Amino acid sequence: MNPPLRIAVPRGALFNQTLDLLDRLGITTQDVRTNDRKLLFDEAGIITMRPSDVPTYVEAGAADLGITGKDVLLEQSERDLYELVDLGYGECTMVLATVAGADPAAEALRRLGVMRIATKYPRIATRHFLETGRQAEIVEVKGSVELAPLAGLAEGIVDLTASGTTLKENGLVVREEIVRSTARLIANPVSHKLKAGAIDALLERLDEV
Amino acid sequence: MTDRLPSGTRDFLPDEMRELRAVTDRVRAVFERAGYGEVYTPALEYETTFTRAHMDSGRPAYRVFDEHGNVLVLRSDMTVPIARLVSTRYHDVEPPLRFCYFAHAYRGVRPQRGQSREFLQAGIELIGAESPQGTAEVLTILCDALDAAGLKTYRVGLGDAALYPNLLDRLHVEGPDRRERILTELADGDFVGLQREVTALGLSPDDAALLLTVPQTRGGPEVLHALEGPLEHAATGMRAVHAELAPNVANRIIFDLGLVRGLGYYTGAVFQVYDPAYGVPIGIGGRYDDLLGQFGRPLPAVGFSLNVERLHIALTSEERGRPT
Repeated sequence: MNPPLRIAVPRGALFNQTLDLLDRLGITTQDVRTNDRKLLFDEAGIITMRPSDVPTYVEAGAADLGITGKDVLLEQSERDLYELVDLGYGECTMVLATVAGADPAAEALRRLGVMRIATKYPRIATRHFLETGRQAEIVEVKGSVELAPLAGLAEGIVDLTASGTTLKENGLVVREEIVRSTARLIANPVSHKLKAGAIDALLERLDEV
Repeated sequence: MTDRLPSGTRDFLPDEMRELRAVTDRVRAVFERAGYGEVYTPALEYETTFTRAHMDSGRPAYRVFDEHGNVLVLRSDMTVPIARLVSTRYHDVEPPLRFCYFAHAYRGVRPQRGQSREFLQAGIELIGAESPQGTAEVLTILCDALDAAGLKTYRVGLGDAALYPNLLDRLHVEGPDRRERILTELADGDFVGLQREVTALGLSPDDAALLLTVPQTRGGPEVLHALEGPLEHAATGMRAVHAELAPNVANRIIFDLGLVRGLGYYTGAVFQVYDPAYGVPIGIGGRYDDLLGQFGRPLPAVGFSLNVERLHIALTSEERGRPT
């Protein structure tokens, strides 16, 4: 028999700590750890995917629960989900960074009235500049965003950083902290009502570990 | 060259229409048998009719001007037009009044989400009947209609729109900003944010725990015990409704103390229809005891609307089950 809950697990930076947590909750992840290619693990009740897809699966009810970063949830804030628990791990910060030395974004804003900002998080970036009353042209990129200010695509970047190593290696410095992020446990609203017993039992175990 | 449709709208072809028609025919038979006469109101209303209703969400999204410059809207639900209808065409008729409808409503959509701008609602309104009997009658017809449609595993979440605001009152959480922030976190389903806001209030640990646990409390009649003490009154209302229900209806009910969403005009009992085969609610309803008064005929009222396309999806999903 399949387990009562299906959980969407993010591959990538949160993967190992998420599996460790599931182990402590009594969900066997051995199969998931040893199998890079497989995506659906029915016996464990786990499906794996990139972190930004977790809200999609959970909102649609294809998974009852999911784990993903607060950064992903902020970027997809229109989704109809319950955010149940701050899991505490996967700590990182969304920052505005530019090349070291005189701040080229500030200079662009002063002299041109607008700064160009490259990011993988266009909605978080847009909201941040709207809230701080500054004009910014948001340039969405999919890959290594650190390249944008070095190649002259943008004056600054909005990106997630954990240790700051990648920024430093590319000669970038943090100018502003926008929001801190950690891993969150999310739930499909209908599952939250109809599988209340199983979900609450899991939350209780979560309190204990 | 193909002429495109506006996003969020679509054509309905014979295979689908036949299935939808079969569902609405079965539901209509239940409504009619229960004494709910079908009404139809225009898709266009004056904007002022909808502003009267003080809706928090689900307000009309589409406006047009008539030849005199008046602002018309495409109706965003049928409850407000029926409230208008009662005050104009039934102003001297002895309540209770029972109406049903099968009509399209129009809402704005979030882009790229497969949401419908135009959707068919099937619903009833019972006007001039107090809680708990009126609420119980409507819940019974809701379950009869879903049974007749052929839905098997559905459940109805029952909550109380006044419950959480009352709880905030009792704990003396005052100031519109603080309350607004707390209710926003709750409506967004962000329990992490709710915890942050509640912690910032500096209440006693017991009171803070109450504010955090009540909205996550859902389940059978046993969950009403959580309300003993400070919220005894709210529990009384839900218990009274539950006591009125026949076992086949009562067994479908999940008490859901966190059910706070709605359209702003709900005043007491609120309910939402779920099916485990489908990740989104299929219907919504509740008491709106103040709405008719806005239209000059103060009467207590209760009703629900089913989203017919979602009901159809749930029926086909029940046939298929979740792929494993």
